Amino acid sequence: MSSPSTNVQQPESFAFSAKNEKAAKEIISRYPEGRQASAIMPLFDLAQRQSGGWLPLVAIENITARLEVPVIRGLEVATFYTMYNMEPVGKYLVQICTTTPCWLRGSDDVVSACKKNLGIDLNETTADGEFTLREVECLGACVNAPVVQIGNEYFEDVDAESAAKILDALRAGKKPKPGSQTGRSTSAPAGPLTSLTEVE
Amino acid sequence: MPTLTIDGEEITVEDGLTVMQACEQAGVEIPRFCYHDRLSIAGNCRMCLVEMERSPKPIASCAMPAGEGMVIKTNTPLVKKAREGVMEFLLINHPLDCPICDQGGECDLQDQAMAYGRGSNRYTENKRAVKDKDLGPLVSTIMTRCIHCTRCIRFATEIAGVEELGATGRGEHMEITTYVESALTSELSGNLVDLCPVGALTSKPYAFAARSWELTKTETIDVHDAVGSNIRVDARGGAAMRVLPRLHEGVNEEWISDKTRHAVDGLSRQRLDTPYVREDGKLRKATWDEAFEAIKARVERTEGGKIAALAGDLADAESVFALKGLMTSLGSTNIDCRQDGAALDTATRAGYLFNTTIAGIEDADAVLLVGTNPRWEAPLINARFRKRYLMGGFQAGVVGEVHDLTYPATHLGAGPATLSEILAGINEFAKVLKAADRPIIVVGQSALTREDGAAVLGLARAIAEKFGMITDGWNGFNVLHTAAGRVGALDLGFVPGEGGKDTNAIINAAGEGAIEILYLLGADEIAMNDLGKAFVIYQGHHGDAGAHRADVVLPGAAYTEKDATYVNTEGRVQRTSRALFAPGDAREDWSILRALSEKLGQTLPYNSLNELRAAMIEAVPTFGELDAPATAAWGDFGKNGDVSDAPFVSPITDFYMTNPICRSSETMAECSTLYIQKTPRTGTDG
Repeated sequence: MSSPSTNVQQPESFAFSAKNEKAAKEIISRYPEGRQASAIMPLFDLAQRQSGGWLPLVAIENITARLEVPVIRGLEVATFYTMYNMEPVGKYLVQICTTTPCWLRGSDDVVSACKKNLGIDLNETTADGEFTLREVECLGACVNAPVVQIGNEYFEDVDAESAAKILDALRAGKKPKPGSQTGRSTSAPAGPLTSLTEVE
Repeated sequence: MPTLTIDGEEITVEDGLTVMQACEQAGVEIPRFCYHDRLSIAGNCRMCLVEMERSPKPIASCAMPAGEGMVIKTNTPLVKKAREGVMEFLLINHPLDCPICDQGGECDLQDQAMAYGRGSNRYTENKRAVKDKDLGPLVSTIMTRCIHCTRCIRFATEIAGVEELGATGRGEHMEITTYVESALTSELSGNLVDLCPVGALTSKPYAFAARSWELTKTETIDVHDAVGSNIRVDARGGAAMRVLPRLHEGVNEEWISDKTRHAVDGLSRQRLDTPYVREDGKLRKATWDEAFEAIKARVERTEGGKIAALAGDLADAESVFALKGLMTSLGSTNIDCRQDGAALDTATRAGYLFNTTIAGIEDADAVLLVGTNPRWEAPLINARFRKRYLMGGFQAGVVGEVHDLTYPATHLGAGPATLSEILAGINEFAKVLKAADRPIIVVGQSALTREDGAAVLGLARAIAEKFGMITDGWNGFNVLHTAAGRVGALDLGFVPGEGGKDTNAIINAAGEGAIEILYLLGADEIAMNDLGKAFVIYQGHHGDAGAHRADVVLPGAAYTEKDATYVNTEGRVQRTSRALFAPGDAREDWSILRALSEKLGQTLPYNSLNELRAAMIEAVPTFGELDAPATAAWGDFGKNGDVSDAPFVSPITDFYMTNPICRSSETMAECSTLYIQKTPRTGTDG
């Protein structure tokens, strides 16, 4: 993500919670002496999870100071990787893959269904702050295309109908079942077997 | 020593060169944007693609090591097509605004698009636009023009030593920026403008001021510090428009400090362009004759012993030589060029020079910095120290104030007591110096401009001798000067003669009435209020402290307006060239003294600059050797004596305000406000 817009309300300060502080120490200890700067990415991730899904500038300043890295290098890392959010996102970050395999399998329908269901366009957040809709590049689950990632869960074999169902369930506070929405097991063929049919 | 074939010609090159460097040695030009000799290799612009036999694709010659038996072709249709392709991609997002771009006429992108690009553009979509950044008062940004070569980032990180520039985002969204709109805090930031191959970073003070082809270019020497950076002054219509660095490996490489570059607007403000004579307590404009008459009337009724002269920091050797000649013939030995009272000893030339030489720093492996902040006193020498640090195996220790020098330095202590400890071997750093093969010591002016300065100098000398800094072919004793004219004046012996008074004594005597006439040759840094009723003659180019106190003002020429000799802190004799004429009635300084001497009936024995130089070289032969650093013999200097415990206090409190020229410069004032006083800028500022 590129640098945050100046309109973003940045928090005044950042500090890891007691639990995360312990985790941060553990992460830093993974790297040999003098190579602590390598901990920057897992620490950013930790800070993002703690901050409600986005990475405030104060968190970057806090972590770079701790790792003795110039703050601009921290900003470079945070803005290079698309999985760090530099601006606040909704409680549910809906990321729809639209790269070729998902697109061939109908991700465009999924996108329009989500837009319609949530009443927002891509890269927007619903007024209640619950959902942010985003189009992303390959999520690496092409076998079960189209794929939608919401929070930490992958929803696979999604179509317009099931996408709307998932969003409705989330809005209702339920936990929709992640994985294939057509009920197939892992990455098994969607239809009946086409080969090895004679094997008992 | 690989042997490779470049465009059909065999060439053997040294080990460790890249294909691009080998091509250069073979006389083949390779276009490039991101590659720069003095920066690390990025290999991201792809402009230097060449064809290599048995390689399926063209290779980036800047990043490919030259190997044995390589067959490189740079003039094939493949290479031509590759260059056209790269050029076309670079121009996709580059605006077609050359007519309003300050880089126009000296733009790498413009030149290479002409030489290697296609004649037309096939891109019809929208170009991207990027928000401009604020890098401070010196560097203006038009980021839409940026081609992301990252030279600026690498310069800031590697040479300047301030990791403040970076690239955020990626792909089409990549932007060069500082961390959230903060100005770049480096004394070398102006060099970013030279490095930028396009018009993304341009000089803010020079914005829309001139076109490169309208400027008269004069190669000369800088005087804002004692480094003697080689510069080029670009002038148009009687005003110096800008200052650029010239390549000199021994001195400034290809960088200059921001003060050298941007104090240039000070040359057209606050200038003394006519003589003045004080009448009824007020200075009034006068003719040269009136001014000389006023001096003559006063000198005639004053005996030689009551006359004194001080040479300032920017005084050139010729005028100092002429002034010394005049003072001698008037019978005065009260002369001094050390207006800060530094206890420099002229007995041995090696005792006041940067003997290691600036380039020699690269051979040193440990440095003891005594009472100096090289980052402010000589930014380019500091850049050499950083360069040396980056090579590895280098340790620095500091006695004096703590500053961020852009390389790690151990703070050992604040005052002379620490030096005694090092000499006695009880300080940790003594071990470092002992273990080092080529240790050096750098003594700054703050160590010398104190009551016990001579004893501190003696202590430094003892350390140099004890830790093997003085051996055959290696002299690790260095004095870092801050005044461009100082070494030249010391070489000429512009110090108190027999029975003469030094700076402090002259000022005291003037206050008490024992000195009745004081001649200030561009000396502005003394306490003017302490001069009592002395008749003060000020010869200089700016209406600064000296001119305000003066009874007679003689307008001289600034460094860009005269052919003059300066000796840098290494003892390197260099000559400036006149780029402009001095304003109004102002004259070259030596000629003013020559004319005055005639008026006073003590005509100096030379009628031209050449005759003066011949006389000067006869008196001090070192002036005959141009552009050679010091090879002065070691000798006795400094004193043994008690030193006080007072800490060293830097003489420079504001890097941007050290002499009359930069004090008159609006650009320097703006830098000082932002970087030194740290006053936040308001919306109405530029």
